[in-house]
Amino acid sequence: MSEMERNMSLLRFTTAGSVDDGKSTLIGRLLYDSKSIFEDQLESVAQASESKGLAHIDLSLLTDGLRAEREQGITIDVAYRYFSTPKRKFIIADTPGHIQYTRNMVTGASTANLALILVDARKGLTEQTHRHSFIASLLQIPHLVICINKMDLVDYSESRYNELMLEYERFAAKLGIKDIHFIPISALNGDNVVNRSENMNWYQGSTLLHLLETVHISSDQNLIDCRFPVQYVIRPHSTAFHDFRGYAGRIAGGIFKPGDKVLVLPAGLETTIEKIYCGEEELEEAFAPQSVVMTLTDEIDISRGDMIVRPGNQPENSQDLQSLVCWLNQTGPVQGKKYILKHTSREVKAVIKAITYKLDINTLHRNEEDKSIAANDIARISIRTTSPIFSDRYTRNRNTGAFILIDEHSNETIAAGTII
Amino acid sequence: MHTYLLSHLEELESEGIYVIREVAAQFENPCILFSGGKDSIVVTHLAKKAFYPQNIPFPLVHIDTGHNFPETIVYRDWLINLLNARLLVGSVQKTIDTGRVKEEQGLNASRNKLQTTTLIDTVEEYKFDACIGGARRDEEKARAKERFFSHRDEFSQWDPKNQRPELWNLFNGHKSQGEHFRVFPLSNWTETDIWHYIKKENIQIPSLYFAHERDCVLRNDIILSYSEHLSLREGEEIVKMKVRFRTLGDLTITGAIESDADDLDKIIVELEASRQTERGNRADDKRSASAMEDRKKEGYF
Repeated sequence: MSEMERNMSLLRFTTAGSVDDGKSTLIGRLLYDSKSIFEDQLESVAQASESKGLAHIDLSLLTDGLRAEREQGITIDVAYRYFSTPKRKFIIADTPGHIQYTRNMVTGASTANLALILVDARKGLTEQTHRHSFIASLLQIPHLVICINKMDLVDYSESRYNELMLEYERFAAKLGIKDIHFIPISALNGDNVVNRSENMNWYQGSTLLHLLETVHISSDQNLIDCRFPVQYVIRPHSTAFHDFRGYAGRIAGGIFKPGDKVLVLPAGLETTIEKIYCGEEELEEAFAPQSVVMTLTDEIDISRGDMIVRPGNQPENSQDLQSLVCWLNQTGPVQGKKYILKHTSREVKAVIKAITYKLDINTLHRNEEDKSIAANDIARISIRTTSPIFSDRYTRNRNTGAFILIDEHSNETIAAGTII
Repeated sequence: MHTYLLSHLEELESEGIYVIREVAAQFENPCILFSGGKDSIVVTHLAKKAFYPQNIPFPLVHIDTGHNFPETIVYRDWLINLLNARLLVGSVQKTIDTGRVKEEQGLNASRNKLQTTTLIDTVEEYKFDACIGGARRDEEKARAKERFFSHRDEFSQWDPKNQRPELWNLFNGHKSQGEHFRVFPLSNWTETDIWHYIKKENIQIPSLYFAHERDCVLRNDIILSYSEHLSLREGEEIVKMKVRFRTLGDLTITGAIESDADDLDKIIVELEASRQTERGNRADDKRSASAMEDRKKEGYF
């Protein structure tokens, strides 16, 4: 592996938007300018655009993969797209921006390091801008990039850009997002997307691609609170590894080293890490989000759903959860009904005890009167589980602060929750 | 300076291993769908790493069209032996012989579509509740919408418009009797990632991927390997060419590319300069814009 390959990192970002805000054009430009679109793909999109009677190549056809989407000209689902530069590999979770698709936006945002929000320089901030920003903050996406797009249509005006930036900063103050960047662009003409614009000499910051390549993501994972949810127990029973008992999982927080004193939950027993493996390789240390196998110095009965932590830094251990949930299913919550709650590698039964309020995702207004919840609604609810789960606040750790609810009968994933 | 940040290949590996372990934990009777192609080889490599020092705790299933490259079968048997794994073979020939499907006739006949019936029969015969496959989202536009855990109803059908939302890394494998899941640990990998990873991990792959001299037939601008399964049409002739394969499917439909790339470094250089997708040479995808979506809905890989 070359030096370049070794140092390449991975950035997951989400975009949301409607047809006319230039999102497809922007993605198309990033893909095209980074040479991630192949000739045969471009050819088939050009052909499809022509048969639809379009004068230009409609890059959204690249992404709308299902027949129904192509026929109706809409994006139904989260579409994942990939491109890379010598510095980074990028995964774009491209989601439709309309309010009915809140669940798709939440899905795309759940794994993102960064959210890209497009603002039309002529129209300014809209309800949709607020909604996307709020979802980004709810899902704790660490970095936010606000692209003030269509600068060509406002004569590349610095004062218009400053005005929108100020307005957004005032709005974002109540969201609690730490890292916000602004870039004036024209996706159509390529200003400040990959290449620096010659039309906006007043702008001294990065181009969009440069920012995506350099935004600091090594602290996006929680490396302080050690959390290792046991996913699978490895017992080879072979001659060579007769007594081997390894605990496999993906580190959800912190850094673990052989020799570390650890505590196993829920048993509450202390022991020491003997070795850490990735495949055959023994590691000197392992950190989130690595998938590893740990062996311990003591024989303790540990199974899937247990969690290995440090004795001096333990998660919440409780059967009562306060959470913000995004409801995903047409059928709303039924109080008193049992659901399956899935949190890290642990599954427990749960009931919804109370709905505290429904949140208007455009205004952030807390509605305590109308608590009827349906698909795409966001609500604060309290939940009681049949046995304890080991959690952290979502704002502290996205891995141990998230859960989903599953309907026992339909098996559908019906809600996504963050612990507060 | 030491930073606690994984490289993109390490992060993809960690994700893939996590997904495979979820399958082992959530399902009773999973399998790996193994074609002998590079993607299923990488999946198998991840599975080996996921459970070391235990053997892979489920079988590898090969859906054998009877039109394989001989090199693929040699490689398959070598790998099975090396991993001490269990191999199960579903035979398309048997599906044809028992009258479950009819061999396609005509000019562009292939056994590609027939595989679906054999695959579904095999899933039912062994009662698999999860089949791990090597499909990637960057391969094809219908696959870009695929989940890691992709639900199949009791008829093995995929309903793309009614998929379960997939949040964080919380995968919901709950299902009713008779249903199963297709699971794709390489969802977020690109073709370039696969090759860089094969190199990084020093994974052995079939010789077909490296440039070699071969008897070929040029048909509809696609270079096909000459074999007993390919009858020459009028005006066609056998030519010796230096070629390699970017993907491995059936002998009868997988196009080769002219190439001098006889090692991994050269393949990576060639790939990065390439302006065609890897499936550009697959006759099975060229049938229509929705060819893949249609096959997938019926239960294809």
